Amino acid sequence: MIKFLKITFLSFFIATSAVAGSDGEIELSKKDKTIKDCFEPLNRATFALNQGLDKVIFKPVAKGYRALPAPIKKATGNALNNLSTLITIPNNVLQGDLKLAAINTGRLVVNSTIGILGVFDVATDMGFPGYIKEDYGQTLGTWGVGSGCYLVLPVLGPSNIRDTAGMFINVMGGDPYYNISVNGNNEYLDGKFYAATKALSAVEFRASNLESFDNLEKNSVDFYASVKSLYTQDRENKIKNTQRGSIEVIYKEDQEWEEIDSN
Amino acid sequence: MGRIFTLFIFFVISQTNLNFAYSISPDVFIQSTVNRASQILSENISKEEKINQLKIIAKETVDIKGVGFYSLGTIRNDLNNEQINTYIDLFESYFLKSFSSRLAEYTNPEIEVKNKQTLNNNYTIVNSILIATDKRPEIKIDWRVYTKNPESPLIRDLIIEGLSLARTQKEEFASILNSNDGDLKVLFKILEDFSKN
Repeated sequence: MIKFLKITFLSFFIATSAVAGSDGEIELSKKDKTIKDCFEPLNRATFALNQGLDKVIFKPVAKGYRALPAPIKKATGNALNNLSTLITIPNNVLQGDLKLAAINTGRLVVNSTIGILGVFDVATDMGFPGYIKEDYGQTLGTWGVGSGCYLVLPVLGPSNIRDTAGMFINVMGGDPYYNISVNGNNEYLDGKFYAATKALSAVEFRASNLESFDNLEKNSVDFYASVKSLYTQDRENKIKNTQRGSIEVIYKEDQEWEEIDSN
Repeated sequence: MGRIFTLFIFFVISQTNLNFAYSISPDVFIQSTVNRASQILSENISKEEKINQLKIIAKETVDIKGVGFYSLGTIRNDLNNEQINTYIDLFESYFLKSFSSRLAEYTNPEIEVKNKQTLNNNYTIVNSILIATDKRPEIKIDWRVYTKNPESPLIRDLIIEGLSLARTQKEEFASILNSNDGDLKVLFKILEDFSKN
């Protein structure tokens, strides 16, 4: 029954985001490209809640994490990256990038064994290409599913309908680590361990962005809108798999720049 | 006769120099701009002084008016002259404060220009990196340089790790306008308050 509900929910998400995606394209030709914020009042309220949680919990914890010795932080980052390859590999396959899937499988095997459960990134030292994370939201994007309305999720932060659907795929069998730890009947891993890993990922992300978040908040006239814009740009770049900051990404907006004549 | 000839030569040379327009390569322009900013940031002066000096650099090297028009979106086409003048004044104050405050947080940043890619006659993208330190990783920064006047290139956008600051600002303004039924006065008030505080 629960599985049925999950599938129904996911189907609804994907269907609505696909429709919403088409609407956006039609709107694009008429006026400025805007991010659809169908639930803005609710999103702003959730954003305020998340800011409160961040102030009380995440930021202090991230500051504490930042104070840890560099080798511990590096090892933690490596181990979390290694776990994320379990999601990246099926997404490489779903996006048709079999070569990268093979490379990332090799990376996972090397780092999980020689690298002692991913604590050491031996694969990079051996000359493997740089690791780029992929997720189900990105895969849906590459398949042409529109982002749909922007969403701010409690605790989890900025998202959109498509990316939230992508997260559901993780817990419906798309994340082998979730399957083993939560659904797997084993004595070493359980749901708490999975949740702790995800929380650690969030703390690591927050710790590496302490100053930039503070700076952004201080110098924004609408912090909520700034975060929404940055999240959307980041996801667009990831879905297009363009090298960050590459000319393709920048050129996209060029037409409007061409209209600006300040002389 | 010799003195007249010397004067003639001097006149010809000086006129030639006056009329000859030096174009500045966008990558050289960016490297020299970041070097100037970096020098200020590494100086042992107060944060306020740093901000003031960064504002001077920004005024000289950034097309603030162009960035302002872009940030406003297509609504800029509906503005009358009075609104445009008010907006440009408010935007300049806002931009200078926001931009210089953001930069002033960094101490002695080292930026190295790596490459440039010409998009068309009006734009060149200059690729650079903010060199990694113990506290932060290497950061990729691209610069959209407006080269319509090659003698006086101007910065129009910074793209940090693929994230455009101008686009972020534009979407921020759009959000304010959308939340207030497109009322420009609200945006003007917010910009004014930001600059004053």
